[in-house]
Amino acid sequence: MGIGKASGQSAQQAGAAPSVRFLPLGDTGLTVEFGTAIDPALNAAVRSLDAALHAAPPPGLIETVPTFRSLLVHYNPLATSQADLTRAIETLLHRPGLASAPSRRWRLPVCYDTEFALDADAVAAATGLTVEEVQRLHATTEFTIYMLGFLPGFPFLGGLPKVLELPRRTEPRVRVPAGSVAIAMSLSCIYTVVSPGGWNILGRSPVRLFDPQRPQPALVAPGDQVGFAAVDRAEYDRLAAAIERHSLDPIAEFLVP
Amino acid sequence: MTEFRIVQPGLLTTVQDLGRIGHQALGVPVSGALDGIALRLANRLVGNSSGDAALEIIGIGPVFTVTDGTARVALVGGGARLIVGDRPALDPGASVTLKEGIEIRVGGPLTGPAYLAAAGGFAVPEFLGSRSTYLRNTFGGFDGRALRPRDMLPLRLDAPPPGAELRLASPWDYAETSAIRVVLGPQDDYFSPDGLARFLGSTYIVTKDADRMGLRLDGPAIDHPRGFDIPSDGIVTGSIQVPGNGKPIILLADHQTVGGYPKIATVISADIARLAHALPGTALRFEAISVAEAEQARRELERRLALHPIEPWSGGFPGEPDEALLYAENLISGVTDGL
Repeated sequence: MGIGKASGQSAQQAGAAPSVRFLPLGDTGLTVEFGTAIDPALNAAVRSLDAALHAAPPPGLIETVPTFRSLLVHYNPLATSQADLTRAIETLLHRPGLASAPSRRWRLPVCYDTEFALDADAVAAATGLTVEEVQRLHATTEFTIYMLGFLPGFPFLGGLPKVLELPRRTEPRVRVPAGSVAIAMSLSCIYTVVSPGGWNILGRSPVRLFDPQRPQPALVAPGDQVGFAAVDRAEYDRLAAAIERHSLDPIAEFLVP
Repeated sequence: MTEFRIVQPGLLTTVQDLGRIGHQALGVPVSGALDGIALRLANRLVGNSSGDAALEIIGIGPVFTVTDGTARVALVGGGARLIVGDRPALDPGASVTLKEGIEIRVGGPLTGPAYLAAAGGFAVPEFLGSRSTYLRNTFGGFDGRALRPRDMLPLRLDAPPPGAELRLASPWDYAETSAIRVVLGPQDDYFSPDGLARFLGSTYIVTKDADRMGLRLDGPAIDHPRGFDIPSDGIVTGSIQVPGNGKPIILLADHQTVGGYPKIATVISADIARLAHALPGTALRFEAISVAEAEQARRELERRLALHPIEPWSGGFPGEPDEALLYAENLISGVTDGL
């Protein structure tokens, strides 16, 4: 099957999709599982199937939720059956050249100042890098949004350099400030609102990734490319104030690929 | 504009409809009524579309008055009864027209969520296609929060449309005593045969950690030999996840869109409303059925709901003029022509 353009490789490229499993979530959900790992090729396959389903929705499809390595299809059991839905998806999976989902590219400002980078020292100590090297590596990585979840508009960003891979903090924080940019495992993320959280915090972005006042409250979507632009504290404050006044919305550089 | 003036909000009174569909890919939970059957029946009694937004009342009922107009309402579910002024409580599951200024109480004790629907619905804005309140992120419904004293909740109609008052000819039967039906999966292969047998063969008790997000259960722990940390994947209402302590959690309307614990089974959609009535201390048993059986159960539920008998009633109180009957006989139709 075809794959998303974000990845040049795919385990599914051979045509059929031998490792795909169909898993029931009662009589309203069907998970199409491409694998069990967090992996760029698996995630690209998830998003390709998602795009194909949106291009030609089978009867009874309500909505889809792309995740790291599987696609959840919510369906209406009064309009279709899981058996019929499975057959429709199998047909799509075996169709060659499945189109990739359109994706966008964002450049999000992030301030790596000590005041915001609550775990920069710990990450540097654990990786053997300097704080500056950690920040530079993070800021020069092109991430792909594997999925949204945990909180509305909350993106899980894939593509973290291996040298930065770390487990979550052993003691999760009760209150992670909104806008915190953090890393854990092979991922980075941005906290959309104040929330409990256990990821290692490297900085803070003034961008509002979920704003109910916007016509489309979630700024980014699965499959979007995300890069970070390091800004100093003065620039962070200026951007945060502009966003607060809603005079700068959205803040991110937006490029159609 | 006709409004409800909230005197006492009750414990947790929120605006809910059948949920926010179509935004889970962006991490936005579905929310919506915990007991969609009661919501739909309440709406039917006041002539609304079945998915119109109503007040979901949990724990302790509110006290309110109608200002600047009259309102037809119906209260269904949770054993709640409407008490109008100083008159005896109305039987549940009946529409009634409320006059301006009289204090209305939703009496208990509540054995589950109750739904108060108003003819025409509530005039709160839609957010992402739904009027459901999502408390955790404070959006949807009435300012994204539960009702508070002195809130003014606007109605879409200033007076109810003409027509007889309606009531349920019999209460809805939730089949409370039978096992909760589940379909195993999607991660049932994370559990040992012993663990699956324990899950299906034991009684689990709903703990105090029970809210709109989910029910935390206590009972025999289910071990997962393959670990309890999976890369997050999608969740539906009714998903039963098993975290590290082996005690299952059933996820309800406000569940997150994805989760990182293995999910042993899913409660079938026909039995979701029953979970709304599982107060702390309730004993639950689970019975595994096939997907096809679950789909059949849902079709049967919908058939039963469509056929549930509804009958007109006087809508009056003993010793008072029967206004509903007057409306029905068209004697005062001039009053409603302006609608």
